Amino acid sequence: MDFRTPIAKARGLGSAKAGTSHWWMQRVSAVALVPLSFWLIVFLDLCLTSPYQQTVGWLAVPLNSVCIVAWIVAAFYHAALGLQVVIEDYVAAEGVKIVSVWAVNLVFGFLALAALLALFRIILIG
Amino acid sequence: MAEFTLPKNSVLTEGKTFKAPQGASNIRRFEVYRWNPESGENPRVDAYELDMDDCGPMVLDAILKIKNDVDSTLTFRRSCREGVCGSCAMNVNGKNTLACTKAIDSYSGTVKIFPLPHMQVVKDLVPDMTHFYAQYASIKPWIETQTPAPADTERLQSREDRAKLDGLYECVLCACCSTSCPSYWWNSERYLGPAVLLQAYRWLADSRDENAGERLDGLDDPFKLYRCHTIMNCTDTCPKGLNPAKAIAETKKLLVKRQLG
Repeated sequence: MDFRTPIAKARGLGSAKAGTSHWWMQRVSAVALVPLSFWLIVFLDLCLTSPYQQTVGWLAVPLNSVCIVAWIVAAFYHAALGLQVVIEDYVAAEGVKIVSVWAVNLVFGFLALAALLALFRIILIG
Repeated sequence: MAEFTLPKNSVLTEGKTFKAPQGASNIRRFEVYRWNPESGENPRVDAYELDMDDCGPMVLDAILKIKNDVDSTLTFRRSCREGVCGSCAMNVNGKNTLACTKAIDSYSGTVKIFPLPHMQVVKDLVPDMTHFYAQYASIKPWIETQTPAPADTERLQSREDRAKLDGLYECVLCACCSTSCPSYWWNSERYLGPAVLLQAYRWLADSRDENAGERLDGLDDPFKLYRCHTIMNCTDTCPKGLNPAKAIAETKKLLVKRQLG
């Protein structure tokens, strides 16, 4: 039997006094991705018909370097924030939820690092 | 995980059919969810064929006719029969509404009547509202002030400030919106749901209240507030024509505002 009162259950552990930043940064990264993704589409379209060295040369131009780094950071950050929300929605078991949220953040963090490293490598080494 | 299938003892079975009286020409069929916790049986759907020439125009009229003339075991809540008490909230043809303000003629063919979705059922069309009401109490739905009440006047409010409560104070807490919200289905233990969040905003928007900060502290939570993903079922289904999704968005705006200035 559960003898806790309805109000005790409703109030639970109280407010986490967090959540606004997560929600807000999801919006900020989404807005940032709109122009950055348009830039990326145009850039990838150009790369498709250009030789490898030309692509690397374009990527080394400071403005392009900044844009691609910004896209990588924003996209993986946005994906991690969003997937965490999906997990919180659908995974009810406390342990699985916590491990899944860790896993999502670690995997996307790792992928972002890998993408940045690959970028620096081809810009610096060719 | 969220459950997407019914547990075995909740699977619907076919119930009895009550035929229309001899000679009736204007017949409508009503299929109604029935479950009696004392019978030990699975829930079933009973069918009632009613003579519409001898029945009022609203869905609640049909239910009352069933109760009075056909099958007195049917259990449901109702009180005001004019959309101000919120008691007769139920799911009619797949959409939550107040049975008393919904015309039978707004549907064609069979009318299917079920209790509010994803709530524990007490009996037939009666859901257990205990947790919903406790969540409502948890947001302190009353004025909170530091200033003592004026000795011999009301707490004053300008006409403009009073107008900010329009679209909020009309809520009758029928729970149509909350029980139409998938986020509330999956996480109702912690997510407050659209009805309670609209009420929370009703007090944030009240110029006489002096506790906005504490109210926002209480809502700033990944589950209590931020399970809202602007699905909009709440606004779509509200039988009073209110917009809980907008009230939730305004609450989020206030929380961002106090962080960013």
